[in-house]
Amino acid sequence: MAWVNAIIQGVLTGGLYALFACGLSLMFGVMKVVNLAHGDLAVVAGYIAIGIITVTHVPALWSLLIVVPVMAVLGYALQRTLIQSALDRGVLTTLIVTLGLSMVIENGLLQFFTANTRGICAGCALVQDSFSIGSQIQVAWLLVVIFAVAVVVLLGLQYFLSMSKYGRLIRAVADDKEAAQLAGADYRHVFGIAAALALATVALGGVGYGMYSTLDPTAGTDTILLFAFAAVVIGGLGSLWGTLLGGVVLGVAQQIGAQINISDELLAGFIVFLAVLVVRPQGLTSRRAQS
Amino acid sequence: MSLVTEASTQPAAAFRVTRSRRNVAWTGIAALVVVVVLALFPYIVYSGTTAILVQAFIVLTLASMWNLLAGYAGLVSVGQQGFVGLGAYFVLIFGLHGISPFDALPVAAIGCGVAALPLWWLVSRLRSGYFAIATWVLAATIMLFIERFSSIGGGSGMPLPGFTGYSSTLLTAYTYWAGLAVTVLALVAIYLLLRSRLGLVLTAIRDDEVAARSSGARVGLARMLVFVVAGIGCGAAGAVLAISQLQVQPSADFSVTWTAEMAFATIIGGLGTIEGPIIGTAVYMVLQQTLASYNAWYLIILGLVAILVALFARRGLWGLVDERLNVKLFPVGYWLRTANGDRRLGSRRQN
Amino acid sequence: MTAPVGDEGPVNGERPGNGERPGNGERLGNGTPLLEVRNLAVYHGQLRALDAISLQVFPGEVYAIIGANGAGKSTLLRTIAGLHQPTEGSVLLDGRDVTQLRPERRARQGIVMVPEGRRLFGSLSVEENLQVGAAYARPGGSWTIDAVYGMFDWMRERRSQRTAQLSGGEQQAVAIGRALVANPRVLLLDELSLGLAPVVVQRIYGMLPQILATGLTVLLVEQDVSQALRVATHIQCLLEGRTTLEGRPADVTAEQVEAAYFGLAGAASAGQAGEGMDSLWPG
Repeated sequence: MAWVNAIIQGVLTGGLYALFACGLSLMFGVMKVVNLAHGDLAVVAGYIAIGIITVTHVPALWSLLIVVPVMAVLGYALQRTLIQSALDRGVLTTLIVTLGLSMVIENGLLQFFTANTRGICAGCALVQDSFSIGSQIQVAWLLVVIFAVAVVVLLGLQYFLSMSKYGRLIRAVADDKEAAQLAGADYRHVFGIAAALALATVALGGVGYGMYSTLDPTAGTDTILLFAFAAVVIGGLGSLWGTLLGGVVLGVAQQIGAQINISDELLAGFIVFLAVLVVRPQGLTSRRAQS
Repeated sequence: MSLVTEASTQPAAAFRVTRSRRNVAWTGIAALVVVVVLALFPYIVYSGTTAILVQAFIVLTLASMWNLLAGYAGLVSVGQQGFVGLGAYFVLIFGLHGISPFDALPVAAIGCGVAALPLWWLVSRLRSGYFAIATWVLAATIMLFIERFSSIGGGSGMPLPGFTGYSSTLLTAYTYWAGLAVTVLALVAIYLLLRSRLGLVLTAIRDDEVAARSSGARVGLARMLVFVVAGIGCGAAGAVLAISQLQVQPSADFSVTWTAEMAFATIIGGLGTIEGPIIGTAVYMVLQQTLASYNAWYLIILGLVAILVALFARRGLWGLVDERLNVKLFPVGYWLRTANGDRRLGSRRQN
Repeated sequence: MTAPVGDEGPVNGERPGNGERPGNGERLGNGTPLLEVRNLAVYHGQLRALDAISLQVFPGEVYAIIGANGAGKSTLLRTIAGLHQPTEGSVLLDGRDVTQLRPERRARQGIVMVPEGRRLFGSLSVEENLQVGAAYARPGGSWTIDAVYGMFDWMRERRSQRTAQLSGGEQQAVAIGRALVANPRVLLLDELSLGLAPVVVQRIYGMLPQILATGLTVLLVEQDVSQALRVATHIQCLLEGRTTLEGRPADVTAEQVEAAYFGLAGAASAGQAGEGMDSLWPG
């Protein structure tokens, strides 16, 4: 029964990982950007939420009304300034610039907020409560809510990308940005929209993480970034629902690892990640051969 | 017939192609003097200064290795901290078996080189973004794996055994000389490597990979060799780190901040040049020493400077100097020596 | 119009089509040309791709740029579209200098290019490709997506198909449609015939009258000289980045075109030149 609980928890955690991963998949897939600061931006969102809650005393989830738009605007601005300039200069520059951004964010947070861990709404009913299935299975409400949010977000993204004008533009620019220019589209603006979406979703992930676990300045690079990449790679780049599948596989692998040996939770996840990278880097959902 | 006689009455060639300008002999002597002076430091300066210099040696070695990887082989690794930690833990493991850390250092470095081979097999087929992430995951995995074993300290680390019998002064001196030796050996090895035929392949890869491949150069082999050499170098630096800290600590030894520091020092100094990491390390140390009392500020500034340099001064500080003065401390290019002066052959492209 | 390689006046009344096209006599629209290029020089790194190129395209004309591979034809078109920045010279639309404008701004002002190799959005359907083309269209044009479906009878039924699954000729049709729905004033066509069967090429060029009838002007690059001469009201021949011939098809001889195309010294002897020219000249 411990195993069943573990699997369920692993599956549900996949939702949280999908929230981290779908933004990364968007940026990687559309702009070919490996954003090493992605995890740190999730942490920033969490800290902003904490700041809002501390100052205004609103219930935790209400902070999202501010955090998500703020992060979206931040994403657009970052893309149009820093990341676009780096992209124009090549892959190495992009890695250096995003790594630099990561360093600046983490050490900035360290400087102003100290290394103490913080949680969001640690005493809330949402965070504490769970429900039972039968007599032996306990499921945390928070995980169910996060998973539901992830599904809604993915549905929304799918609808946006396939039906809306900017969704088409994002897909067109990802295919051939020069041809998009010839059709009148400013690809820098379209990249900005994609980045805004990416950071909006990562904001949800960051706040969710702050409620499920705790936030500290280095959580972005300690865990979140690698979890996000793991979900993207395992699921397959270019597939939105793949990020959910990848997240679920990662979550389940971690829980199985934890069942075998309590301290092996992270290790198990990374081993699966490495295995996929080596054996099938195009991921589980991709029908293409090695790209 | 007349052509042959004409050729034989031509004057001897008025130029020749050499590896360096006329004044390189002076640079070599100057470098030797610098090394000798540095070696004498434990006798002339306070231990506080030698401790700072040991840090500088570690960063310089790491930066030179990262420069070799990214600047010459086109391998952008965000996981070299894995070798740093491995080097540190090799020293610990040997120490637990009774071998002095100073004796263990070279073995630890070699051990990291050996470990680099299966790791290379895992990541070699991945391209840029995937490669970078894969190296990071590898480093994280190695750290998590090591943390399982409480016999070597588990998640909190443990002090390095094998230091009994060393007086404090002797320990500081030996640590300093170990750091100096590692750095000098690393720089010399890189210099010789780049002057060799392998170096020619690497410079070709640096300038234009597709052209290098199509001209038949053994690009894959060259890259593997570079990865192994970088593993040895980073491992040696990690060993020095453990010795200078008198302990191993997984979260510090395997921290991705090492990669950030070695990458930024290289970028700021100048990627794709041997002199670049030296300058970059100097900048890093100055920043660290002047801002040390402000905790995390020096890393913030370092990150900002790295971003600015990467965007606006892509050849780094050495690149700015090099453009003006055509100076090379470590000559690995080719010069045309004529009666009218020296001209550098070819030009470098980066990224 | 001058033909730098000799000048022989109007020739061969048998050339089809030119008699009916506007611009065969006097150039329509005295005053400002719709599209003008002045003294353009473009470098690819150290290589000079274009040198002192000038041209004027008046409304309603079909201006063809011909020349061998590497002559600079596509570079010229891409520079006009904004994908290359010239080191010297300027591009003017309706008298206004657009040289500093980015490609997307030029497209929105009315210079729309159908790029070489089609360059459709492979993961998008036919209709989505057209929708992207229409996203930033100049207001007020007659080319709607519906009108494009009207011009190509097969397209409406297969509009949900991904463009990667279409044939070369069908892709070219979609690419042209994508450009048309942007409501251009000048349509740039880069090597339409590349990779397509001759009968398909003929069909596509056969659409030109329909396109011109809605008030568009066309500037095209074409490797197939006889095809270009069939549809053009004006031609310019490039060789190694320089203009070697310019004029109306009716005003230039086969020998002049051949000399300009290959860079032969003058129209040396008409007899010798005539034999090799049969394949270039429309039968």
